[in-house]
Amino acid sequence: MATNWEVVVGLEVHVELSTETKVWCSCKNEFGAPPNTNVCPVCLALPGSLPVLNATALEYIIKAGLAMNCSIARYSKFDRKNYFYPDSPSNYQISQLDLPVCENGYVEITLRDGSIRRIRIKRIHLENDAGKLVHAGDDVAEGESSLVDYNRAGVPLIEIVTEPDLRSAEEAGVFLTKLRSIIKYCGVSDVKMEEGSMRCDVNTSVRPNGAEEYGTRSELKNVNSFSAAMRGIEYEAKRHIAVLEAGGRIDQETRSWRDTKGISVVLRSKEDAEDYRYFPEPDLPPVVITEVDVERIRATLPELPDTIMHRLMNQYGLSAYDASIIVSEKEFAEWFSRTVALAGAENAKAVANWQINELNRTMNARGLGPDQIPLTPDQLAGMLRLMEKGVISGKIAKTIFEKMVESGKDAEAIVREEGLSQVADEGELLKVAMEVVAANPKVVEDWKSGKTAAAQFLVGQLMKATRGRANPQLAVKLVTEALEKFTSQQ
Amino acid sequence: MSYKLSATRLNRLFTAGELSAVEITEATLRRIEEVDPQVRAFLTLTADRALERARKLDSRRRSDSDLGPLAGVPVAVKDNMCTDGVRTTCASHILESYTPPYDATVVEHLRASGAIIIGKTNMDEFAMGSSGENSAFFATHNPWDLSKVPGGSSSGSAAAVAAEEVPLSLGSDTGGSIRQPAALCGIVGLKPTYGYVSRYGLVAFASSLDQIGPFARDVEDGARLFEVIAGGDRRDSTNAGKTPPQVKFGGEPSLKGVRLGVPKEYFGAGIDPEVKARVDEAIVQMQALGATVDECSLPHTDYALSAYYIIAPAECSANLARFDGVKYGHRTAESSGLLEMYQKSRREGFGPEVTRRIMIGTYALSSGYYDAYYKKAQQVRTLVMRDFEAAFQKFDALVTPTSPIAAWGMGEKTDDPLTMYLADVCTIPVNLAGLPGLSLPCGMAGGLPVGLQLIGKHFDDARLLQMAWAYEKSTQHHEARPALEGGR
Repeated sequence: MATNWEVVVGLEVHVELSTETKVWCSCKNEFGAPPNTNVCPVCLALPGSLPVLNATALEYIIKAGLAMNCSIARYSKFDRKNYFYPDSPSNYQISQLDLPVCENGYVEITLRDGSIRRIRIKRIHLENDAGKLVHAGDDVAEGESSLVDYNRAGVPLIEIVTEPDLRSAEEAGVFLTKLRSIIKYCGVSDVKMEEGSMRCDVNTSVRPNGAEEYGTRSELKNVNSFSAAMRGIEYEAKRHIAVLEAGGRIDQETRSWRDTKGISVVLRSKEDAEDYRYFPEPDLPPVVITEVDVERIRATLPELPDTIMHRLMNQYGLSAYDASIIVSEKEFAEWFSRTVALAGAENAKAVANWQINELNRTMNARGLGPDQIPLTPDQLAGMLRLMEKGVISGKIAKTIFEKMVESGKDAEAIVREEGLSQVADEGELLKVAMEVVAANPKVVEDWKSGKTAAAQFLVGQLMKATRGRANPQLAVKLVTEALEKFTSQQ
Repeated sequence: MSYKLSATRLNRLFTAGELSAVEITEATLRRIEEVDPQVRAFLTLTADRALERARKLDSRRRSDSDLGPLAGVPVAVKDNMCTDGVRTTCASHILESYTPPYDATVVEHLRASGAIIIGKTNMDEFAMGSSGENSAFFATHNPWDLSKVPGGSSSGSAAAVAAEEVPLSLGSDTGGSIRQPAALCGIVGLKPTYGYVSRYGLVAFASSLDQIGPFARDVEDGARLFEVIAGGDRRDSTNAGKTPPQVKFGGEPSLKGVRLGVPKEYFGAGIDPEVKARVDEAIVQMQALGATVDECSLPHTDYALSAYYIIAPAECSANLARFDGVKYGHRTAESSGLLEMYQKSRREGFGPEVTRRIMIGTYALSSGYYDAYYKKAQQVRTLVMRDFEAAFQKFDALVTPTSPIAAWGMGEKTDDPLTMYLADVCTIPVNLAGLPGLSLPCGMAGGLPVGLQLIGKHFDDARLLQMAWAYEKSTQHHEARPALEGGR
């Protein structure tokens, strides 16, 4: 009998904060500068240098924690995590072991079926990023030589650790998208995967449906995109199930995801797990965060996606899923609000449909980011007005939409220039309908023998003849009229 | 003979135009040339820079009356404090060729005070040791008896002041590294309250214990240097942000109203009878000055040494991880990969005592041992602090020997690290508690100096100096000078 397996996923997500300066020194925190130009004795760990906590980095992690419904520690401290690697100038990372700034939060995700799942956030802590190595070979042990750029060393990072609450690759994808959206709304990071400002490690395990105990997990490193995370989870889940169903055992291990090959390989086993020899950082005093600090920072939080989502659902009757897509990017939500303000609340659902379907599709096809929306709220609102007045049909609207995106012109201009307004002149349309009926004697016979679908075909022909400009309701009415007239004449 | 003068006097003569900075610097360099071949206090002399600076000071003096409290005064700096453009080795092969691109905060303060930095002094490698013999380059000798150790780890800074090569120097103290060599060399040394002096630019040994402080031949000189280096620094997050103190001296020496505690644990087994006799005499003298004296107990003293030898190595194991041959310092000539490069560079670069402490620290922090060692040691540290807190309910300061023994023969303890560690038994608890501790001469034992330690409350450093001044003024111990050949 085949077992049904449940997939269990937990994530550790690293996000670089977009502070002006690094976390322990006043070097610029900037992507893409010439190698080793944003460095100083502190971030190079020159002998005698000491770290000083960047107050803005602390504010940012608190802000992110509040946005994820975490409790903020009143007393937090830093710890040294010891390991040797050339990208770490001091050979230890200043991180947080047992007293992170944020704990016990949650993030709600909306799945495609509209159901909402709450994913618990175990903790969020503050630490520094390492430098960047460039090797001749696959890794630092194999290359002939390696170069290191310390510009990134000391950039503030937050690590967000979830509980094992995700149940599929898809959920993980939705969660990561939601997380990115929350962080962007907060303005604490620009979360650009391609610049490495958001990275994640994925813990996957499987268990028989209904089991209480978790299975043994494997941890995937080197996961560089949301889609890679999803592919990695699917791969690992399949691998675990295959091993277990063959009577094997899963070892707790750390694996490396090779996205181009779509496989994971063992990095180290549990026995070889590194001992980081954590101990309290003696160069930094513990951080005391007062209620006043927390409330001051809470007051700077913008309206968050969940709040906006519920508002859109209540105010405009949007579905949870549609609303979740609109709020997934701050720019999308703002664009939606501005468009609805122009088009009127009664058109909110239409705006949502156009935005989610046509606008998203065309943006994906063009590879445009959320800050590059190729249509103004004015343009869409103008087009909807023309539809409302019956000047254009829904079908023509799609054409006009494309033309607006391409040319940047507004709908009215396009309709005028290209003669795309709807034909609503009954006399003129009836003439065309008569012609269509006359040209299709076989279909008329079908209609007479009771096949109502035949009329539909003739309506299609009418639309074709008018290049889609016929008012659809009118077209149906007139085709019927023409058929009756035609057969009565026979 | 200007090398014999105190810093306070040199500054006065320079400011009054009676001695030029160039004259002072040249006399200092001559004295070093004469005696340092025997004492070996300096690792690097910065004669050209010092003379250049002296010339500038001389030309400025004609137009500017306020050149700073140490204007014209030669100062030596322990070689674990960063000096922009001047080699800073920590007396280690791993940093033998390392030149920092920045000045430590204390060095900035020295420059602003008008002091003339003469050179960098020898030390136990990375400040780990109690005799100076752990320098990777050569050992410094005790000016009182060249066959004896000067104490450590600030061996060169203490010996240079005792040998009258410079009137002032800076040392660092993690477990006694200022006070113990001050005692063994017969001079004044102050370990300030943790957080009073910035550690920025001090190459860290044990971050939660390290503190920079002055060496001088009398208390007033020491206070002047302390005033210059102490104070707030935002680059050091463990700095308390105090305003620089002003220590006032004057009037008849008196300790009237001062309540002194004598912790019995500091006079137990292992103390040299002659050392004990000198300290007892000093206590009687302080009573004569008006102090009330009572015995007291710091019951956890016995455990302080063990706790220290977990905490300090643990911190050092991480602090010294950066010396890996990747970015600066010694890199092995040949290696077949990253791991071997790390291993060979570090094995070649670090001496045996540093290696020993890195290994102890690494072990103590390892998974499965942390609770038994590091955590336990931190708990002991808390108990040691509480001992002091309780004592300071009743006393203004505590009086103890600085070192249970006077200077010993070179090579005598190098094979026995544990006996060597015992040399710091009276000084270590003070670092664990972050308190100020001062050592000053209180007589001789078998022809070698004995040091008296005064321990004060947090940030009571100025008061400690005033008490020391009163004692010093009423005795002549600080006037004794070693008879070195070549003194013309």
